[in-house]
Amino acid sequence: MEEKIVFCKGGGCTAKLGAGVLERVLERLPRGPADKDLLVGFDSRDDAAVYRVTDEAAIVQTLDFFPPMVDDPYTFGRIAAANALSDVYAMGGEVKTALNIVCFPEKMDLNVLGEIMRGGSEKVIEAGGTLVGGHSIADSDVKYGLSVTGLVHPDRIYPNNGGRAGDRLILTKRLGVGIVCTANRVGEASREAMDAAVDSMTTLNKYAAGCCRGFDIHACTDVTGFSFLGHLHEMMDGRLSCHIHAGRVPVIPQALDYAGEFLLTAAAQRNRNHTGPFVRFEGVPFAMEEVLFDPQTSGGLLIALGAEEAPALLEALRAIGAPAEIVGEITERREPEILVTND
Amino acid sequence: MIQVNAMGDTCPIPVVKTKNAIKELGEAGGVVETLVDNEISVQNLTKMANQKGYGVKSEKLGENQFKVTMTVGEGAARIGENEPTECIVPSGREKNVVVAVSSDAMGLGSEKLGKTLLKGFLYALGQQDVLPRTILFYNGGASVTCEDSASLEDLKSLEAQGVEIMTCGTCLDFYGLTEKLKVGEITNMYTIVEKLTGADLVVKP
Repeated sequence: MEEKIVFCKGGGCTAKLGAGVLERVLERLPRGPADKDLLVGFDSRDDAAVYRVTDEAAIVQTLDFFPPMVDDPYTFGRIAAANALSDVYAMGGEVKTALNIVCFPEKMDLNVLGEIMRGGSEKVIEAGGTLVGGHSIADSDVKYGLSVTGLVHPDRIYPNNGGRAGDRLILTKRLGVGIVCTANRVGEASREAMDAAVDSMTTLNKYAAGCCRGFDIHACTDVTGFSFLGHLHEMMDGRLSCHIHAGRVPVIPQALDYAGEFLLTAAAQRNRNHTGPFVRFEGVPFAMEEVLFDPQTSGGLLIALGAEEAPALLEALRAIGAPAEIVGEITERREPEILVTND
Repeated sequence: MIQVNAMGDTCPIPVVKTKNAIKELGEAGGVVETLVDNEISVQNLTKMANQKGYGVKSEKLGENQFKVTMTVGEGAARIGENEPTECIVPSGREKNVVVAVSSDAMGLGSEKLGKTLLKGFLYALGQQDVLPRTILFYNGGASVTCEDSASLEDLKSLEAQGVEIMTCGTCLDFYGLTEKLKVGEITNMYTIVEKLTGADLVVKP
């Protein structure tokens, strides 16, 4: 069986279109009349759409798929599914159903596709959801993902722009998986680094989101293709600023080594071009800058909550084994929007 | 000099190929030219060169074709470690400076003194840490890029460092200098307008 998935293009969330390009297209889309039950749509650039069905229930809808970033099809399936499911958790919802979305070359061994979908299916089950169908297209390259539907109480949605001055910012996974996969693609990643990246990417955000219950979460998003700084910039929503302590940001250590070897993705540079103007680095080494711009596949949750509650949430996250840290704090609007110091 | 063809390669392959070429240069250093097909690759290569202290410049050869030239070793030290590169997308910190030369003399007064001053100005311009992106020559300035100009060497050196040298074609024609242009390229009013209106800073000596 041909196990090797040929991927000549950058996989995972490094394959995402740049935020700048996307905004120009989305801005021009015609909009129908506003629906009062659409609680979260395009406009907030949130992780998923939320539609109120009753006063007690809203559906969360999201779709995510991408080309492989690892050679093993089963692992790829697990990562793609964990990544797609994550958006539901970032909204504070729970997963109910999922549909497969598949692009697959006609001539490739179908066992490869079977392995991909086995990995995906396992993650949907772990999420507590049911796989209910899907759609497949013959294409030149492999792509896989899920369209996921979840439920959330309309009063308990986690917006990504609800942060307040004084809030603490918590990140629940290590950064650097994009750089590690890129290094792996050119044969320069160590086994340990790749294992750490795969372990991180296949971990469902379900558990971190579960820790959040009972806390007053002001804002939450998952860190994916636009990088830690890119998603943080969206969270600042043009009305807030923040101070990030780079020394506290959890990172896969080898990612810093590979960034120092310039094993960098095009997507990271696009992130830097897009978000860089809002960021000021003070004494932060080049490699760490790159990690902060690194596109993450199935990255962790970035959570904003009150300073008094943050230590307890951090403790809860640590208790389930998440490498979480309090990485910074939100302030009133000031220049620069995002200040990153090396402490 | 080693040439690296990274056309059709996605990041980080252009960087990996270029690093291998630099390794091949050995301790003596030298020049590596890398061909790539997108601006993001140019930016990633430029970022590496700046971090490593190599001399670097880039130019657009055509639609989807770019050349990044790195100078490694002794040559790099001469070019200057943190020389801002002529990057296709401005880095934000780096201003787009355009110098507009509209006469063969600098300032009003003695014409002889004015010519000496302009020669001195163009020489000093080439010694700055931050170079302009473009120098435009029009009307009386057109003769400065032509045969018998005292500034040809200085302008060639600026051009070699990645500065665009452009002379107004109508002006060359008017003064009968078209055949005598010795440095840079011929341009037209549309380009001159674009360069001047697109500049962060226009310097008129």
